[in-house]
Amino acid sequence: MSAREEILQRVRGAVADVTTPVGQRPVAPARTMHDLSDAGALELFAERVADYRATVIRVATADVPATVADALARLGCRSVVVPSGLDPAWTAGLDAAVTVLPEVEATSHAQLDAVDAVVTAAKVGIAVTGTIILDHGPDQGRRELTLVPDTHVCVIGADQVVPDVPDAVARLRPEVGAAQPLTWISGPSATSDIELNRVEGVHGPRNLVVVIAE
Amino acid sequence: MTTQPSGPVGASPAAYAPLQETSPTFVGMPKFPKAARAELANAQQRKNLRHATHTIRTKRGNVVREIDDWEALRVAGADLKDEALTHLGDYLEQLESSLTANGAVVHWARDAQEANRIVLDIVQSKHVDEVVKVKSMVTQEIELNEALEAAGINAWETDLAELIVQLGHDRPSHILVPAIHRNRSEIREIFLREMGQVGRPAPADLTDDPPRLAEAARLHLREKFLRAKVGISGANFAIADTGTLVVVESEGNGRMCLTLPETLISVVGIEKVLPTWEDLGPMLQLLPRSSTGERMNPYTTMWSGVHEGDGPQEVHVVLLDNGRSHVLGDRLGRQALRCIRCSACLNVCPVYERTGGHAYGSVYPGPIGAVLNPQLRGTASDIDKSLPYASSLCGACFDACPVRINIPELLVELRGTVVKNAGNTPESAAMKAAAWVLSDPKRLAVAQRAATTAGRLTGGKPLRSIPGLGAWTNARDVPSPPKESFRQWWARERGKGDGR
Ligand code: SF4
Repeated sequence: MSAREEILQRVRGAVADVTTPVGQRPVAPARTMHDLSDAGALELFAERVADYRATVIRVATADVPATVADALARLGCRSVVVPSGLDPAWTAGLDAAVTVLPEVEATSHAQLDAVDAVVTAAKVGIAVTGTIILDHGPDQGRRELTLVPDTHVCVIGADQVVPDVPDAVARLRPEVGAAQPLTWISGPSATSDIELNRVEGVHGPRNLVVVIAE
Repeated sequence: MTTQPSGPVGASPAAYAPLQETSPTFVGMPKFPKAARAELANAQQRKNLRHATHTIRTKRGNVVREIDDWEALRVAGADLKDEALTHLGDYLEQLESSLTANGAVVHWARDAQEANRIVLDIVQSKHVDEVVKVKSMVTQEIELNEALEAAGINAWETDLAELIVQLGHDRPSHILVPAIHRNRSEIREIFLREMGQVGRPAPADLTDDPPRLAEAARLHLREKFLRAKVGISGANFAIADTGTLVVVESEGNGRMCLTLPETLISVVGIEKVLPTWEDLGPMLQLLPRSSTGERMNPYTTMWSGVHEGDGPQEVHVVLLDNGRSHVLGDRLGRQALRCIRCSACLNVCPVYERTGGHAYGSVYPGPIGAVLNPQLRGTASDIDKSLPYASSLCGACFDACPVRINIPELLVELRGTVVKNAGNTPESAAMKAAAWVLSDPKRLAVAQRAATTAGRLTGGKPLRSIPGLGAWTNARDVPSPPKESFRQWWARERGKGDGR
């Protein structure tokens, strides 16, 4: 018998006492949705992101390009990689101060390792947990873009922020066959492995800047 | 080994043998009271553990209190895991078909040996002599690193704590913070001595400042991440209807291992299955808050196969049984398979706090280890016989558990099995006496009055030993008996009128 058949036979035999049909679990009591107005959710999102020692900047949509340029300058970034589908306006004025590397030209890990920063959009934000979620669409780039450089500047629209985890999950259901990856980010990378001291920037980005466009 | 679990058992139990084999590393491991005595002597470790468990406990309490319907979430978590477990065959088949549709290759492994063989074959077909690994309990359980090393392949652990443990030629002592028994100056020494042997050396002027130590690990490991061709991981969840695998982590080493190599191999215990995508809603609230005491962990990676032009272009998933189907056959014991390895039960356990993880003789320490190991391995060895007794049955683990595993109930059940198989020992006699007292409210009331009398006599000092329970209490701090029993307090405070 193949391992597959044997394991399936074993697990089926092991629960031979079970009589409820598949999928009929007790109905979970409705989760009290966090009663947040859009403004309240945004407020909480900004507060919780900052709580993770990420930088949060709230600006009018028109001011995004200047804000991005300013954030990169303040962190001393001299080179930046940009996903192919990113709104070109957001990085239009950067050329003067910073070397801009389009995603398609960053083909090796080593190239990315030499870049200081990445600028991306996001898919969803969660207010209660201060989480940004990337689905790696064209405006967010391949997963390694937001992983290898030291600084990640992420622009998220106010309308992309939902109250809580179940709301985000509901917006993100992947289609079978698409193999869509997701990355959930709550603050910069961190460890507490040395005597429980929190240290930021272990392997992923050390700096996370979240720009909320309203 | 064909010992069957005690208690009510599912149909045709004979079909579930064999149990998980006890690893040679743990054969001959002293039983818990002896191992615990040695660990108790380690004052540094006790101090570190106390600090760590209390810190995480407080953080967890704070973020759990933020959620007003935590209990409803726990119930939802328990229900959805039960749904997955009681229809595991169907969900495993669904998982396999959605993963396959997403471009992953699915393998099945009956036991550790078979899983290691599958992984080794894939690694060898890539002609590499090293792999990078994400911290994973299941690959420790099957001793994959040892199997790879025996075949000449270096398996690099990339979690900072696992790196400290690996470079220190040590074993992990906590699910979540495996190097909690090491302090910063020990870590500095290990880095200076060992890093150069296996890759980029630690800087010569390394101090024991935590950010400097983390930086040394970052540089040492980045070299390995960037050149690795094969990554190996476990998974926190495997979602049947979408074929999605989930890894939660903090450091970014997970993201590195899961996305940079060309080939990714994930070993997944069959109990990790969740029925539907929406089940992530409760789970991603329960796990981080219970585990690290955070609202959300810094990074969660979800992948479901091969995404063109992004991440590994060859993805393998090994579905592992290794004794799990056997545990599933025990109607009472199967709830242990709900465990999401959050380690909340370790952090609240008074026994674990004093002994650390090594005394449990397995990769699964603490209260859940005391339950899971004898279930997975049977109660034939000394260590597995003693584990059900490595608890004060105080119930804190059940209260902390995000999926409501009734660990004390399972421990009592397992004690019964041990006693039944072992005949009469001083321990069994003591436990039988306890059962006799606990089974009758009148006897319990008498015993509690006696104990609280003792409490007044000892003036609240901890008891070093209890007459008649000598050896059993040697390695345990028995809490001092309260001056008033709960029942007496209840009768006094709420006694008449309030019938609730
Ligand atoms: S038994 Fe419960 S509390 Fe303990 S590790 Fe498992 S899920 Fe967490």
